[in-house]
Amino acid sequence: MALLEVNDIHTYYGNIHALKGVSFEVDSGEIIALIGANGAGKTTTLRTISGLMDPREGSVFYDGEDISLSRADTLVSKGISMVPEGRGVFAKLTVEENLDMGAYTRRDGGIKDDLESSYELFPRLGERKKQVAGTLSGGEQQMLAIARALMAKPRLLLLDEPSMGLAPVLVDGVFDTVERIASEGVTILLVEQNAHMALQIADRGYVLQSGEVAIADTAANLRQNETVQRTYLGID
Amino acid sequence: MNMLRSQRARTVLTLGLLSGAFILFIGAVGMIAAFQEREVVDDVFSLGQLLLVLAPFATGYIASDRLRESEAEAQVMIIGGVAVGLLTALPTVILLLFNSAEYRFLLDLTLKLVPFVVATIYAVRLHRIGSDQRLIIGSWLAIVVLVGIVTFSFALIFEIKGDLRTVLPNISRDWVDVVTFDHRNELMTGIFTLLLVSAGAGAAGSIMVLAPPIPRKALLYGLGVTLIVGAFGETVRLILQENVDRDTLKLIFRRDTLRQNPALLLFIVSTISGFLWAKFGQQARLGFSNLEPSRRRAVNGVGMLVFAGIMLMLPWLIGRTLSDVAVTIGIFVLMGLGLNIAIGLAGLLDLGYVTNYAVGAYILAVLTSIGPLGRLDGVFTFWMVIPVALLAAMCAGFVFAVPVLRMRGDYLAIATLGFGEIIGKLAISDWLKPLIGGAQGVQAIPKPIFLGIELKNPEELYYIVLVASLVTLFVSIRLNNSRTGRQWMAIREDEDVATAMGIDTSRAKLLAFTLSAATGGVAGAIFAAKVGTVFPNSFTVFISINVLSLIIVGGIASNPGIVVGAVVLIGLPELLREFSDFRFLMYGALLVIMMIKRPQGFVPSKLVSHEIRTGVKAKMAAAD
Repeated sequence: MALLEVNDIHTYYGNIHALKGVSFEVDSGEIIALIGANGAGKTTTLRTISGLMDPREGSVFYDGEDISLSRADTLVSKGISMVPEGRGVFAKLTVEENLDMGAYTRRDGGIKDDLESSYELFPRLGERKKQVAGTLSGGEQQMLAIARALMAKPRLLLLDEPSMGLAPVLVDGVFDTVERIASEGVTILLVEQNAHMALQIADRGYVLQSGEVAIADTAANLRQNETVQRTYLGID
Repeated sequence: MNMLRSQRARTVLTLGLLSGAFILFIGAVGMIAAFQEREVVDDVFSLGQLLLVLAPFATGYIASDRLRESEAEAQVMIIGGVAVGLLTALPTVILLLFNSAEYRFLLDLTLKLVPFVVATIYAVRLHRIGSDQRLIIGSWLAIVVLVGIVTFSFALIFEIKGDLRTVLPNISRDWVDVVTFDHRNELMTGIFTLLLVSAGAGAAGSIMVLAPPIPRKALLYGLGVTLIVGAFGETVRLILQENVDRDTLKLIFRRDTLRQNPALLLFIVSTISGFLWAKFGQQARLGFSNLEPSRRRAVNGVGMLVFAGIMLMLPWLIGRTLSDVAVTIGIFVLMGLGLNIAIGLAGLLDLGYVTNYAVGAYILAVLTSIGPLGRLDGVFTFWMVIPVALLAAMCAGFVFAVPVLRMRGDYLAIATLGFGEIIGKLAISDWLKPLIGGAQGVQAIPKPIFLGIELKNPEELYYIVLVASLVTLFVSIRLNNSRTGRQWMAIREDEDVATAMGIDTSRAKLLAFTLSAATGGVAGAIFAAKVGTVFPNSFTVFISINVLSLIIVGGIASNPGIVVGAVVLIGLPELLREFSDFRFLMYGALLVIMMIKRPQGFVPSKLVSHEIRTGVKAKMAAAD
């Protein structure tokens, strides 16, 4: 059984029909990439799964449970964690406080240890733990956002445009990190405009077009797909 | 060279006319005449005249400082200072001329010329951009007629009434007396004096800029101390009265005014101490930071002990009248700390804070009153009702928070503003009259009794406020450093991301509103016990605005800032009685100046000042 199952969801912004029946599934341990142009509905899909928006039709199953109408804050303790687009770190809190907010739903004693392992994963954050997050560079803020999401000990990590606004050198670093996290058993659903990078690390991918899934295939096949190459990879 | 010169001239002109407009304005609203009531130094000058001198002095200082930036020579700076001083006096001089019977024709002339001047300026502009001849003539005529109607009607009013006071009621004899330095009957002498004083003050400002830093600091410090002691003569006398015998007091003060010799002595002493501090202060601070940490802690500890001692002894040091002011300040500190939970930590702009204050006051009034409305006849005491008032306010906070949970920003502010008004209307309504007395309010509220002692004087009530404030301060510091506090900060910065962290934003906001309401209830109850009666007109939107302003002026999300804000905004108007008519004018001006010059408040919280310095934007794109 798939860890996440999205069945024919329709989501609206007021009267605007943003998602017109999106369906896909994510198996445990996979890295799945959602790619597509601006306004194709990638972020809306993530927001619907994470509970920030509710689908008007269709359903989302997580671990066999219907979470279509669950509120976002209740999903965190069930193991779904999100790295929002534009990073969304709390600019006025310190690095350590940001990480602590990530573990907000946890009441166990392991938070201290997890802080340490975050700093091992991202040494830059360890050097700057008392620094206010707003003063970090873009790349460091992205690292912080990811580290913060991991603090909730998620089984499913939703990543929204992790490469946005980063220098190419830093983009490589971010994707390396994502692979490393996946190798530790966290399932990853990745929304990316940078289709090239996303399809290199993903197992499977879905191409969204105007609120619908246009193509679904393995990442390797998608990289060879002519339409994908022309439209998203810039290869003629 | 020419560019530079015109740029300098513009600086002087703008600053001078700005301070001139300021002086004219505060005269026209009656502040100068009102401040005249208060002598700063006996028989030398008053607060009103002080304003007349201080404005050109400060502007001269600023202008010279700017001139120095453009590398002006000393004489240029002093000429600039004199010019600024003269320009400061200019609008007032013109108004003086208009106001006198002799030179009234100037006003008529001006009013008659204005339409032609305005029309001609406009016509010249049109001509410059190459407009059509007929259009130019047509608009010239139209403007002359339109503006003329207005100015000719003014001229007619003055003609009939023969007095400027029909239009500017505060341009009175008192005002003339102040600005002419008591030369009402020799107008020209008066004008000359005003120009001379103003120019001198402007030049003095420039000289201050030229002076080497140490004497400058010393002199400014000495002047500042003397003027503040003089302006607050009444307050200082009240404090001394508690500790000095009458004869000594008489030597220093004539009624509430500082005598000349003590003022001189004070000036000399404070200037010397200012000099010593300017010269050796840096060394002292350096020496302190070089001390071993344990020693430093000891010094800090002694400082804290002295401060705590002063706070404990305060009512006996400052006497009854000032203790009363201190209690009022304390009540507002309590409310400020409470409201800060909603505004400073959670970012919820609550403009209906008066609700909690009213609930607390009325709960205490109804439950303890021994008058006709208190049907419980002394069964409940103050101490039993305080927790009830606290809980009732929390309930009110909760109930009013539920409908506004989904609102953000401006909408939230408007909704809460409405709730505050509802409470005021309920308190005065006939519907609740049998319970809380309507417009007559509740009377005969007994004073708290502690261990058999009736706490009926402000000196005793002060301790209740002190303890309540300390408890609130403690809770609020703990909250600031807790997960609960950080959860609120997270919501303030980005609600969506906070939700994505697993924060139940509805619950967190409810908690913020509820906790924030608690201290308002206690403040209201203390207020009711202090005054002994509760009337609906004590609970207006101005309470909410006062509390909000003191938070903003003191420093948002900063606990010490709130105390400072309360002292400045609540304490000062109580001490300067003449001030009270202009309270909201001053509030407005202070808020505008603070927003421009020091948006982080007097005593900013570390986070907020950091944010403002670096311009970090809290909001980042959350979704597409």
